Amino acid sequence: MRYDYVGVLVFLVLAVGFVFIGMLAQRIVSGFLHTNRPNAAKLSPYECGEEPVGGTFIRFNIRFYVMALVFIVFDVEVVLLFPWARVYQELYAFYRTALFWDMLVFVGILALGLAYIWGKGDLEWVKTFEKHLSPAEKVARPHTKKEAA
Amino acid sequence: MMAALGISLRDPAAWVFLAFAAMTVASALLVAVSRNIIYSAYSLLLTFFGVAGLYAFLDADFLAAAQLLVYVGGILVLILFGVMLTHKIRDINLSNETTNPIVGAVIAGLLFLVLAYVSMRTDWQVVDRGPATPTTQEIGRAFVGKYLLPFEASSILLLGALIGAAYLSRHERKKEA
Amino acid sequence: MQLIQFAHGLLPFLAKWPDWVVYLAVVFLFAFAILNTLVAPLTGISTYIERRLAGRAQYRWGPNRVGIRSLLAAMPITRPISKLADVQPFKFIGSKIPGGLLQFAADGLKLFTKEDIIPAQADKMLFRLSPYVVMAGSFAAFAVFPVSFWCSAINLNIGIFYVLGMSSVVVPGILMAGWGSANKWALFGGMRSASQIVSYEIPVAIALMTVVMLAGTMNMNEIVATQRSGYGIEKAGFLGWYLFRYGGLMIVPFVIYFIGGCAEVNRTPFDLPEGESELVSGYHTEYSGFRWSFFFMAEYSNMFAVGAIATTMFLGGPLPPYPVQFTESLPMLIRFGEGFFWFFAKSYFFVLVMIHMRWTLPRYRIDQLMQLCWKVLMPIALVWFVLMCGIKMARMEMAAPAEAPVVAEVHK
Repeated sequence: MRYDYVGVLVFLVLAVGFVFIGMLAQRIVSGFLHTNRPNAAKLSPYECGEEPVGGTFIRFNIRFYVMALVFIVFDVEVVLLFPWARVYQELYAFYRTALFWDMLVFVGILALGLAYIWGKGDLEWVKTFEKHLSPAEKVARPHTKKEAA
Repeated sequence: MMAALGISLRDPAAWVFLAFAAMTVASALLVAVSRNIIYSAYSLLLTFFGVAGLYAFLDADFLAAAQLLVYVGGILVLILFGVMLTHKIRDINLSNETTNPIVGAVIAGLLFLVLAYVSMRTDWQVVDRGPATPTTQEIGRAFVGKYLLPFEASSILLLGALIGAAYLSRHERKKEA
Repeated sequence: MQLIQFAHGLLPFLAKWPDWVVYLAVVFLFAFAILNTLVAPLTGISTYIERRLAGRAQYRWGPNRVGIRSLLAAMPITRPISKLADVQPFKFIGSKIPGGLLQFAADGLKLFTKEDIIPAQADKMLFRLSPYVVMAGSFAAFAVFPVSFWCSAINLNIGIFYVLGMSSVVVPGILMAGWGSANKWALFGGMRSASQIVSYEIPVAIALMTVVMLAGTMNMNEIVATQRSGYGIEKAGFLGWYLFRYGGLMIVPFVIYFIGGCAEVNRTPFDLPEGESELVSGYHTEYSGFRWSFFFMAEYSNMFAVGAIATTMFLGGPLPPYPVQFTESLPMLIRFGEGFFWFFAKSYFFVLVMIHMRWTLPRYRIDQLMQLCWKVLMPIALVWFVLMCGIKMARMEMAAPAEAPVVAEVHK
């Protein structure tokens, strides 16, 4: 088994080597063919032929960050549940139904969390704050979810 | 020194260990000293990878994959999102005003000496590890047996983290709105 | 270990070599074989098939010119041979072969000789590094796929968990490409892609965990072995596959896995990260030539990997749909070929499904995408996981009732 992770390393090295050798060969060939002829227009950011307006690094929707946070919580849940799933069959004869309830409590508490953020609207990608809108705006903006970033 | 630490350079495994350790330490150093925050963040990729490699080397296979899944796939992405969401982060050159290189170097050097002394003096028990055993079952057994309560408590911890994250993000958006 | 013994059996003189040298050599050859069959050439062939199917979907031809005849006609020496195509038996055969078969080779050559542009404002280091990370992440998953009976390059105990871990390495690589390009579209595409991949990882992982729970193992070879029998039949053929076990209840995790898998490889209807009408081509907008082709290769090999995981976990991997005893007595090499054939056919079937989906379905909007993940797939996956645990519990309860004193073998 100890060898096996060296095998993983072999795979990683092969993938990296594949890209490296490919790029090296490409560079040698392009040296022969003189294909590399950069100019200012080529090297500018590609925006379908338009002149780029403004900087690249615009502000993003904060939702990306929130989703990543929520993801980590459930990711850890999955990581903790995997060993349980692995031994469920094997240890069932020993612990009987208690094993099932262990899992149900664990999953149930996190399902509660999911229900909480769902109910509070944290899973909405675009949230319109109804109470911050004036009555006129409420009429002008019906319950449509706007296209988000 | 290698011999004192029980590492034999004849053993190919020692080279793998040294490579991973060197990678981890070097990339961690890069995280600390890089002036460009995005390079710091990406150096963490190598650090996490090196740590995962060390776990795998120590026969902790489940932990190694969990390290990749949680740290590379989760924490690192979160850090990168945090960096990318920050306004005009690309133009900023990080510099720490409060660094005092001389004092820092002296303290770090002393700490290194202490650690080196301790590690050299300790009588390391070099045992033959024997054949590697799969760890996932052991972890699973511990989760449903000895460490059942921590296992269940961790779900409450995660619940707290989830609610906290949601609350903070709501707070953030209300300020924006 | 099996691999080492196999190598020793094949070439006896290897016994004199240190084990680790033999092991490294065998794994390297295996990895090299996978790279040169399932990753690089398969990408090319998949692009050809995809373009032909796109042609059919849009009532046009697709690539139909560049073939063996035009290759022969291109070189002065072989030009006379190309004339043979008008002579009768060859003309008939030629009319039956679809055209454009060598289009992918021509495209590969084109990409190889194209100019390699790195935008002036790009972060050159991250721009260059990104293909390495993406390729390494997507290729490493191939290490544990059982390409035939008990035959994977590495027989890891944590098989499927390792695949999940390795596929998450791709995400920083994609963000690297997006950020390094210094292009609005690339950055947008990278962000979207990353958040999409991480979000869909949860339902996918829960769906796969359901199978792990039923199989009681994470080793992919062992998961395949548990699918040999089912419904009380030893060697049950396709009835043993998890998709058809438990009265068809496992179809739900399977569908969740497949939807999530499509989202993780950014294929339509989840291809917002590279929606060409809004983001040009997403995180690899600024990439060109050969450097770009690595992203392309990673995308197609990821598609195949999604199919391979679905095959291994739900469709019995290399197991044939007929009961195995029909072919059990055949020589080893033929059995290897049989296993590989079924593994490949089933996995590639999913690639074809994904290609068809791309040319049939419209694209999701990002809020719909997130809604589908967190409000539909995620609750269903969790509920189904609990349900299957309950069913498994009932099964085990029936098999060994609580009254009977069972001496548990905790320490195996």
